[in-house]
Amino acid sequence: MISYSLAPHRRNLLWSAFLIHRLSGLCLALFLPLHFWVLSRALHDPAALEGFLKWTDLWYVKLGEYLLVFLLGAHFFGGLRLMAFEALPWSNRQKTFAALAFALSFISATLFLFSAVQYG
Amino acid sequence: MNTITVQVSRGSEKHSEFQTFEVPEQENQTVLDLVTYIQEYIDPTLSYRFACRVGMCGSCGMMVNGEPRWTCRTHVKKVLGSSKTIEVGPLKNLPVIKDLVVDMDTFFDKWIAVGGVHHPSKNRHQSIEKISELSAERMSANEAVECINCGVCYASCDVVSANSDYFGPAALNRAWSLVNDVKTKNKDSILEAVSGNAGCHNCHSQQNCSNYCPNELNPSASIASLKRTVFASKINNLFGNSK
Repeated sequence: MISYSLAPHRRNLLWSAFLIHRLSGLCLALFLPLHFWVLSRALHDPAALEGFLKWTDLWYVKLGEYLLVFLLGAHFFGGLRLMAFEALPWSNRQKTFAALAFALSFISATLFLFSAVQYG
Repeated sequence: MNTITVQVSRGSEKHSEFQTFEVPEQENQTVLDLVTYIQEYIDPTLSYRFACRVGMCGSCGMMVNGEPRWTCRTHVKKVLGSSKTIEVGPLKNLPVIKDLVVDMDTFFDKWIAVGGVHHPSKNRHQSIEKISELSAERMSANEAVECINCGVCYASCDVVSANSDYFGPAALNRAWSLVNDVKTKNKDSILEAVSGNAGCHNCHSQQNCSNYCPNELNPSASIASLKRTVFASKINNLFGNSK
């Protein structure tokens, strides 16, 4: 069977929305166990947790957190879009909804970054 | 005379490669015209499929520059870039018999598997069902009923590429038209078929089927509607309120 390296059918906003939703879900699935493990340090090793929290004040860690919040937003708002797609009557504004989910994720992550920079 | 470079996929499922042909450029010509010229004047062994040439039969679906299209209604000017080269291949997601001809058996088997054949609610001795053209069910059926089974949506679907068992957009679109057809008996069997492992819940809503449908149908909307109807049916059954 012939494979098309350019895959022009994937130059479609809704295909990108699918990919972002899938990748953000996988990244969050990898992140959550780590997140809970760090939280567990509060009970088992408070000094290690304190050291870790100081490490999160570094600017490049803040940028990493920005990315995480963006992924969380993308998965949350993208998930709402898909639930609306499957539960509500059909709308021809599918691309608008996908763009809106992306915009809300970006705004949420940016607000988080401003807050993190201002309040530490 | 100006020519167009046409790269045509030659071979079978096991092995295929592109062969290059030069075809005279015309003021008005379709991609099917290019393939026909090659077969008539350059290489009569080229295999391809067509019938009506006017966008009604759905037999001339091919990949053109990597995108599924009905070639009889695809003007060369629409797909010809500055390089004056067009790549033509067999439809994706279906086994290649030879050159540009694919085996549509799987496609139609799935069409039947979703309950796509007619299940009459009346016999020949009973009067025909009266259908209001303005009823909500009929209007929903109308939106899905014009499918010509060209396989373009099936070839554009990445879910079919990843899961060969998935029924695909055309079969599910057919199921949705029957669910809304008052002449169809035992609609629950259709809902049961489309809610199985190969059914509508596999759809990832990428909506390439709707983007590429040459008849501008919306299989994505049909599949989303099937999901809603299956969900409502399951809830009804759960509370002992089935139809």
